[in-house]
Amino acid sequence: MKFAKFAAIALAATILPFASAMAQTIKIGFITSYTGQNASVGVMMDKTVKLWMKEHEKDLPAGVKVEILTRDDTGPNPETAKRLATELVTRDKVDFLAGVIWTPNAAAIAPIAAEAKTPFVIMNAGTSAIIPSGGAPYTVRVSFTLWQSSLPLGQWAAKNNLKKVYSLVSDFGPGIDAETAFKKGFTDGGGNLVEAVRMPLATQDFAPFMQKAKDAKPDAVFVFIPAGVQATGVMKAYSDLGLAKEGIKLIGPGDITTDEELPNMGDVALGAITMFHYSAAATRPANQAFLKMWQRDYGANDWPAFEAAATWDGMMAIFDTIKAQGGKVNGEKSYSLLKGWKTDNSPRGPIMIDPENGDIIQNEYLRRVEKVNGVLGNVEIETFQTAVKDPWKLLNPKK
Amino acid sequence: MDAFLSAFVSILFHGLAYAMILYVISVGLSVTMGLMGFVNLAHGVFAMLGGYVMTTLMNRYGIPFGFALLAAFIAVALFSIVLERLLYSRLYRAGELEQVLFSIGIIFMSVALVRYTWGALPQRMVVPEMLRGSLDFGFRSFPTYRTFLIIVSFGVIAALWLGIERTNFGAQVRAAVDNRRMAESLGINTSKLFTLTFALGSGLAAFGGGMGADILAINPQYAQDYLIYFLMVVSVGGLGSIRGPFVAALLLGIGDTACRYLVPEFGAFFLFAAMMGILLWRPMGLFGKA
Repeated sequence: MKFAKFAAIALAATILPFASAMAQTIKIGFITSYTGQNASVGVMMDKTVKLWMKEHEKDLPAGVKVEILTRDDTGPNPETAKRLATELVTRDKVDFLAGVIWTPNAAAIAPIAAEAKTPFVIMNAGTSAIIPSGGAPYTVRVSFTLWQSSLPLGQWAAKNNLKKVYSLVSDFGPGIDAETAFKKGFTDGGGNLVEAVRMPLATQDFAPFMQKAKDAKPDAVFVFIPAGVQATGVMKAYSDLGLAKEGIKLIGPGDITTDEELPNMGDVALGAITMFHYSAAATRPANQAFLKMWQRDYGANDWPAFEAAATWDGMMAIFDTIKAQGGKVNGEKSYSLLKGWKTDNSPRGPIMIDPENGDIIQNEYLRRVEKVNGVLGNVEIETFQTAVKDPWKLLNPKK
Repeated sequence: MDAFLSAFVSILFHGLAYAMILYVISVGLSVTMGLMGFVNLAHGVFAMLGGYVMTTLMNRYGIPFGFALLAAFIAVALFSIVLERLLYSRLYRAGELEQVLFSIGIIFMSVALVRYTWGALPQRMVVPEMLRGSLDFGFRSFPTYRTFLIIVSFGVIAALWLGIERTNFGAQVRAAVDNRRMAESLGINTSKLFTLTFALGSGLAAFGGGMGADILAINPQYAQDYLIYFLMVVSVGGLGSIRGPFVAALLLGIGDTACRYLVPEFGAFFLFAAMMGILLWRPMGLFGKA
């Protein structure tokens, strides 16, 4: 009896390590904002990860499991993001860091990723300088940069008879990028940027800013705010103050007409012109399939927006990296596989991670808010530019 | 000149709308602080609850805006009586530190409970059809909802002032604020008076929170986020006064709007500097009694 017990323990002791070695678990540290400003975006990204796991966990090599460790960075709080990332790489020993809505947070995490040699896949934060022209070691971005959308929008505005434009952006990295990029495209094309106002990031009531824009009597107001509920706030101020009646157009990167908020904005959003890389209303088959899955699981009135598309593609990139290594991942190898990763099967069309610096390369679409089957959508009017590299890096090769 | 005038009117209008919300929410805090000397930092919780009750009634049960707003006023006033009798009344004789810790604790609990009940996202405020868009006044147009908000607030404020100046209840409140012991020795039941005043103040906060949901977004952090504004209105206005906070709210609302309109890159820097200046000049507030 005693011997049997001993034998059982000895057997367990020899077998267990093998068992765990066979069932390889790959950990992804997923950091986003479940609370604070733009918690709705964090919830959307989380839903995307769950949907991806449900659909694609079966595609992993035999014996390989993926575990998602979710963390809440509570909004634009770089110190919290830094602490969470440090814990994830040192204590939990994650194989990938991913997610991150806010630029300050992504900028705080990138150096940790480099030091820990843990690949970091940015799924939203869109300030160009997070990834400098020479790349940021171990950091790649699957989302977008503001330069990619706002520079071409400026060029378009200059060509389309908008002579005087008033700019209104949130006062932080992406806002300044949006303003600078738009200004470059617009003034190089002969446009006149009458005023460029930067609003505090936490602004919830946009009426005073919009009122001032209206008082300046421009042809259009260019706006950037971090997408989410603020987008509806901007649209409300634009409509309540009657800018449309005075013939003042609303233009900007897609953040201002973000897909999941369109139903809350109502018909006032009709006609808003944006430049962006993803629209839930896009007709390409990969997007239709994505949208079908999404609305099957989350309801017909729930719309995925660009943050969902980027999270989806980011998960695809990570899974492809795991598969390419047969389930035994190594940080260095993963990073080199992520750079140059590409797919034609993204909901936003063909995309690629720039092999030189790790930033995203994708198409930019000119869109207008229209009603499709009674529902508001960002209808893609034309593919404005294809395979757009981050213009900021092309203009600032030394940075 | 024309541009200057138009900017001036814009700032005045939006500042006034903002000031009205701040005043309706904060006036109750000023009175209860003056009356019982109770430092209730959790006053914003009542405004937040008002917002949640109103938006839930409107969005989930389709109850019209006006009724939902009144229901929020009544529900929160009743709820505050329960809270006052059960919790607040135990701490009336405690030191300020205990009161501050207690009310901060209420804020933290409210954040957690509200997030659990309603989720982390800000509540949607769907303004009724007839209050959307803008009204044309001939010389220029103003957003309808804000115009409505200013008019209703003036009505509420007029009723409140008349009530405090002209009714027996108002006279008792004024007497108790001035000298509680003397009021008690004259046979005024200050404990009951305080419960009623507390309920009225909380109800008004709920009313302001609901009506202002369009300007101060209803979210779980509400009581924390706007605490500084409510406290500024009260301390700059002067404790126990009901006119002082009105002037303070006007200064704050118009000042904050002017800052955002004229020097957005500085945020609220000038506003906070001005408020500090006023408090250095008059530590008891503009209308406070030394």
